[in-house]
Amino acid sequence: MEKSNNTQSRRSFLKVSSITGGGMMIGFSWLANLIPNEAIAGPAAAKEWVELTGFIKIFPDNRIVILSPNPEFGQNVMTSLPMLIAEELEVDWTKVTVEQGDYDTPRFKRQFTGGSQAMRTAWKPLRTAGATARFMLLQAAANEWNVPAAELTASNGVVSHKATNKTASYGALATAASKLTAPEKITLKKNGEFSLIGTPQKNVEGSKVVTGKSLFTMDYKQEGMLIAMAIRPTAFGMKLKSFDATEALKMPGIKDVFEIQVYKDGYVKAGFDTRTFNNLVVVVGNTTWEVMNARKKVNIQWEAFAPYKEFAGAGNNKREDTIPAGLESSDEHLKQMYAKQKIQGKILRKDGDPEAAFAKAKKVIEKTYSAPFLPHNTMEPISCFAHITDEKAFFVAPIQIPEMMKQSITMNLDIPAEKIEMKLARMGGGFGRRAYGHYIIEAGLISKKMKAPVKLIYTREDDMTNGVYRPSYMVTYKAAIDEKNNVTAIHVKGGGIPENAIHENRFPAGAFENYLAEGWDIPSNITIGAFRAPRSNFIASAEQSFLDELAEAIGKDPIDYRIELLKKAKANPVGKNNEYDADRYIGVLELVKEKSKWGDPKNKNAKRGVAAYFCHNSYAAHVLELTMKDGLPVVGNIVSALDCGVVVNPEGAKNMAEGAIVDGIGNVLFGGLRFEKGVPMQKNFNQYRMIRMKEAPKKIDIHFVQNNIDPTGLGEPPFPPIFAAFANALYKATGKRHYHQPFINDLNKS
Amino acid sequence: MAKFKLKVNGKNFDVDVDPSTPVLWVLRDHINLVGTKYGCGVGSCGACTIHLNGKALRSCQLPVAAVGVQEITTIEGLSEHGEHPVQKAWLEQDVAQCGYCQTGQIMTAAALLKTKPNPTDEEIDSYMSGNICRCGTYTRIRTAIKTAAKSTTK
Repeated sequence: MEKSNNTQSRRSFLKVSSITGGGMMIGFSWLANLIPNEAIAGPAAAKEWVELTGFIKIFPDNRIVILSPNPEFGQNVMTSLPMLIAEELEVDWTKVTVEQGDYDTPRFKRQFTGGSQAMRTAWKPLRTAGATARFMLLQAAANEWNVPAAELTASNGVVSHKATNKTASYGALATAASKLTAPEKITLKKNGEFSLIGTPQKNVEGSKVVTGKSLFTMDYKQEGMLIAMAIRPTAFGMKLKSFDATEALKMPGIKDVFEIQVYKDGYVKAGFDTRTFNNLVVVVGNTTWEVMNARKKVNIQWEAFAPYKEFAGAGNNKREDTIPAGLESSDEHLKQMYAKQKIQGKILRKDGDPEAAFAKAKKVIEKTYSAPFLPHNTMEPISCFAHITDEKAFFVAPIQIPEMMKQSITMNLDIPAEKIEMKLARMGGGFGRRAYGHYIIEAGLISKKMKAPVKLIYTREDDMTNGVYRPSYMVTYKAAIDEKNNVTAIHVKGGGIPENAIHENRFPAGAFENYLAEGWDIPSNITIGAFRAPRSNFIASAEQSFLDELAEAIGKDPIDYRIELLKKAKANPVGKNNEYDADRYIGVLELVKEKSKWGDPKNKNAKRGVAAYFCHNSYAAHVLELTMKDGLPVVGNIVSALDCGVVVNPEGAKNMAEGAIVDGIGNVLFGGLRFEKGVPMQKNFNQYRMIRMKEAPKKIDIHFVQNNIDPTGLGEPPFPPIFAAFANALYKATGKRHYHQPFINDLNKS
Repeated sequence: MAKFKLKVNGKNFDVDVDPSTPVLWVLRDHINLVGTKYGCGVGSCGACTIHLNGKALRSCQLPVAAVGVQEITTIEGLSEHGEHPVQKAWLEQDVAQCGYCQTGQIMTAAALLKTKPNPTDEEIDSYMSGNICRCGTYTRIRTAIKTAAKSTTK
């Protein structure tokens, strides 16, 4: 048994709805009139319920509602996080209804989607919440029956006393339980003792999704709502000079055209206050099509901006960034990056004497890799609903980081924190893009100006061309090989626009006596942000391709060579701060070797590539097979081995890993946003190539390492290594190595 | 502005809109049927797929003036309570991640199975390639289409 300090349990009370007929789904209840929806008409119809621990609602008729604290963007936390609560609460999962919690961080403690951290950080607190509620329900029964609580058991939402044959449902006990004091410490089940955790459960919102009832911000609507769109500069490096809205204002359905400034002058940004452009022209009207058309009629003058300063951070971390002027182009970026590779970078880590090892080397292998900017391209373009009145500031927002939005909203919209109300709508994808909530400020400013409820919509073109991208990167790997065919030194040097992707303390650091890591950055006015496994998603593609080439050069099997290095790093680690656990790393390599029948593949015609990586606390290894057809790769079967500790919901976990694999293949093959004079050259899906069904793998087999390690995260880890698994298979199939993403450019040339 | 009579999911609707308005926005803004999604507005992602007289079509590319008496079916009208074989197969295979593209995927898949009750992998790949899933659920979509095909041709 595991003891957990109880920090989540001070919110238990009987709650009586102030709205006739319920109203817990206030935001989306307009749709209930239109579409019969049992999920909406169900628990929401009750007038009275008991809340235990802030996460659990128990109704007099024994229905159980569990609130999911984190925003949902497809990672399936709306299913897996409530499972943690249900496991300890001892309720029948099939009878639990899950609701998305609103923005209420004091209640939920953590409301953040990113960094593959949901399961890792919720693991104890949410199980504690479930266990606390169960404890209180047991105690309520013990008090009523005048027996020791230790003699009672709880199962499927019923408390039983075996000796007297008494039973009582949670619904009957809940009111009494809510009046009890929560225990200071609570005992949790040990890993391996679970009955719900570890069983495959289907997406709790599945039936809403397939019937079109799934409610995204884009779908939100309320009486009197206006539609708003913004016009942003056509190029990075430009800003608004002036505009004339005369013609646009004459268009049907148009209410107003005006300028907004998103962040105030001198605003000191919090961590996720990355904006796209700061001064926007906004068009507001009755309907989407009318606003889209009127937007074309606004006559705008843009002008180049001079370098300017942005301020961020607080206390000792306070900093001042200078945003450079200029209209940047991808060709120029590439030249700048090659130039940086020729001069000394910042030394990030040095072990042994790499210079001497390279000087003595019999052979040196040196390869340079690059990758372009990537837009996130979430299927639901950016949107936000806002209704700001004197009483409150109400938002429906697709935001990954609600807990961190307070500063930005209070300071840029002049709204006191206690007046903020925010529904966390299901997001049509995130991948990091929706960590940057500038659009909440934009929608708020528009609603304030219009004194009306407003839904701000980005078109696909707005979404793709207005910033917050995965940076563009370059890296060179160099290996020194001696006369005995031993690798004696590794040198990694690279950078990016505007930040580098070097993880100097990750494998293969620790496995080589002589190791040098250098990094550099090139400032840019193109805005960037987190993109599924930031930095790892590029550096893994290069590192794991290089290791493949290195293994071949010294005549070793690529899986065996990695395992050999990891064993060396474990037995005799070089240097300090090595981030990875060599045993878990070896574990996924051995599992993928076994499951893929590495030495004896089923499909003898296909060529296979392997890659593995550690990031975000978890380990992933993939074997990808492909064949060539008409000069282009066709991906066949993929076998993956993952170690993320305890897998809470294997169904959702497999789906997410499959998605990461498809995402990676799409990006390594097709992904890339090019710039010419500050203008993004791809603006929509007719110009930007996304992976589609015909390019998707034939089959993906996901295998998890079975262990009892507390969950370590899964959204990101399977993503970075698939790039190199693809690259290494492509080499086997074509005899040619590819170094510069997206590979389709070179494939089309040959 | 002009008045149009539309038949959507078996019901009649009167709308007064600009004749160039795509059916996508008529459905979403005027008839409150939001299951049909906006993804690109240029007919390249399939999120807005509806059936027009039973055939799959990108509603973002269809001006309301071109509809006439043709019948529109949206995801909300594909079945009464989500019991269409494709919807059931989607649940059985637990296809959705974010779910935003899935209504369009389902409408395309339902149209495919109408003309090809037992599609091959190649036919599925080719027919479904107009629909983007950014979360990458393609392998599950393929399996779900086969599951639905099996359930209807038994």
